[in-house]
Amino acid sequence: MATTKEKKETYYESIIKNGYNRRDFMKFSTYIAAYMGLETSMVAQVAKKLETTPRMPVIWEHYQECTCCSESFIRSNHPIVADIILDKISLDYTQTLMAASGHQAEAAKHETMEKYKGEYILCVEGSIPMGDDGNYCCIAGKSALESLKEAAAGAKAIIAWGSCASNGCVQAAHPNPTEATPIHKIIKDKPIIRVPGCPPIGEVMAGVIVHVVTFGVLPELDRLGRPKAFYSKRVHDTCYRRPYFDAGLYAQSFDDANAKEGYCLYKLGCKGPSTYNSCGTIKWNNGVSFPIQSGHGCIGCSEENFWDNGPFYERATNVPGFGIEGTADDIGKVAAGVLAGGIAIHAIAANISKKKELAKRVSEATKNEENLKY
Amino acid sequence: MENKKTFRRIYVWQLAVRIFHWLNVLALILLILTGFLIANPPALLIKAEASDIYMMGTARFIHFLAAYLFFFVMILRLYWAIIGNRFARWTAFMPFNKKVWENIKHVLKIDILLMNEKVHDPQHISVGHNSIATISYLVMFFLALIQVCTGFGMYAATSEWWLPNLFSWVVPMLGGDFATRQIHHIVMWFFIFFSMVHIYLVFYHDWLEGRGEASSMISGYKFVGSGRIKVKKKSSNKKTEE
Repeated sequence: MATTKEKKETYYESIIKNGYNRRDFMKFSTYIAAYMGLETSMVAQVAKKLETTPRMPVIWEHYQECTCCSESFIRSNHPIVADIILDKISLDYTQTLMAASGHQAEAAKHETMEKYKGEYILCVEGSIPMGDDGNYCCIAGKSALESLKEAAAGAKAIIAWGSCASNGCVQAAHPNPTEATPIHKIIKDKPIIRVPGCPPIGEVMAGVIVHVVTFGVLPELDRLGRPKAFYSKRVHDTCYRRPYFDAGLYAQSFDDANAKEGYCLYKLGCKGPSTYNSCGTIKWNNGVSFPIQSGHGCIGCSEENFWDNGPFYERATNVPGFGIEGTADDIGKVAAGVLAGGIAIHAIAANISKKKELAKRVSEATKNEENLKY
Repeated sequence: MENKKTFRRIYVWQLAVRIFHWLNVLALILLILTGFLIANPPALLIKAEASDIYMMGTARFIHFLAAYLFFFVMILRLYWAIIGNRFARWTAFMPFNKKVWENIKHVLKIDILLMNEKVHDPQHISVGHNSIATISYLVMFFLALIQVCTGFGMYAATSEWWLPNLFSWVVPMLGGDFATRQIHHIVMWFFIFFSMVHIYLVFYHDWLEGRGEASSMISGYKFVGSGRIKVKKKSSNKKTEE
């Protein structure tokens, strides 16, 4: 990354300059390595890389979104997480947090894009509206689509922060009036890391960036392009209420005794069993809690299409095309009833229609019985 | 007149086919019952420590066990489709020839719309599956494949074994566990519908045709009019033409 003439500050230098001491720095390295799922022996490598690697230029684009991803990020657990990543990765352009505005902001962005062509990381928060020529989201006179393509052209890699950028999230929910589209469906020629969640956990976001800094490559991704270190397990598989699930002890309403006992929220529509995320292990707000710990089921915010995947507070299987109330079991029961009725009618009709044939056979068989010799 | 009515015993369902059938019955009953329990478990209204009971865990364990049974039985059945007899072989399930279409028409008229034949022609009655049944089994086979893929797909994430992990592509392809679970649940209902119709039709054929339809899946034998059996000089060869 040393293509620029002026010497760039390393992460370590900027951290120290910011008033942290080496001990804080080492604590951060250890802690982020643990989140990334690295062995203790790797801590030194993380620290060394942060000491020697110049800060990575980052352009952070906001499209159709609510900025909750940025919020999650700046409120992440360890102070250095926010500092190192937000202040120190040299966020050259981020509408929410940068001091410049208007033409200056755009100028800063273009300067970074030119200066660090092929080196900068493009972070995208938000989905791209494709409907009506992309007019639903315009920044600096350009549609989100144009702006994204321009920024992506010179990017080393793209990080799709949050569910909007990775799945489309609420804007893409039915009927998706703006035709909100996630990044990976638009940009095909760049490595894309998808970090879904509404918002994703701050430590997960930091972990991804530190991984890129430490190893110079993208973290190992699963088939959906999510970093394996954070998205390989279901919330359900790491949930501390899992023993209640296996036992069969469930809360049936949010105010019953079972809920008070802390039983499993499965019957209240918890989507933990079908949601891949690290909420159960990393948790939120300095590791204080996560939704299930606070008594509310998981809504599956890091899963694709989670707004349309049935009600949040019921374990129901919605059948597309049968309206909101059409769950698979309701339809199945009715269909089975109708089928049973049809079978009964068919059975009766068969006996009536084939009366002659049957009567002949029955009388013959009765005669045989009478004439039985031995 | 009497000799026309004579029935001959004919070996239709081989032992492997019968074992396959009843293991499938067992697996499907277990899968459907535990499947419903997993989808919508009853809340135990007892004060208990989670460490003392394992209800859902047991239901899930039985579900997975039955799933393996279902899957292995399916593979064995595919093998048997290569080496089995004429009623079990894959060729019996190919719907693309004229005879099959004739048979479909006949089954539609006589068994579904319940019309009566003026002249009863035993040639029209299939010895093995009738042609509509074979089509329904083909459909069920593909639905079973969907269940295997979606089921093992969801299971793969919690398994270390390579076999379920062969299916780890399914969940990402369908977009996530939500969609996968949804498909798994909806397709399950078709197995219930199929079973209802299947059992009814066994009774129907047994009652109206009197050829031992119901017992054939236990003994393997059905009965056909003696006119359908070729008689060779010495040993009577059990060859029939549909």
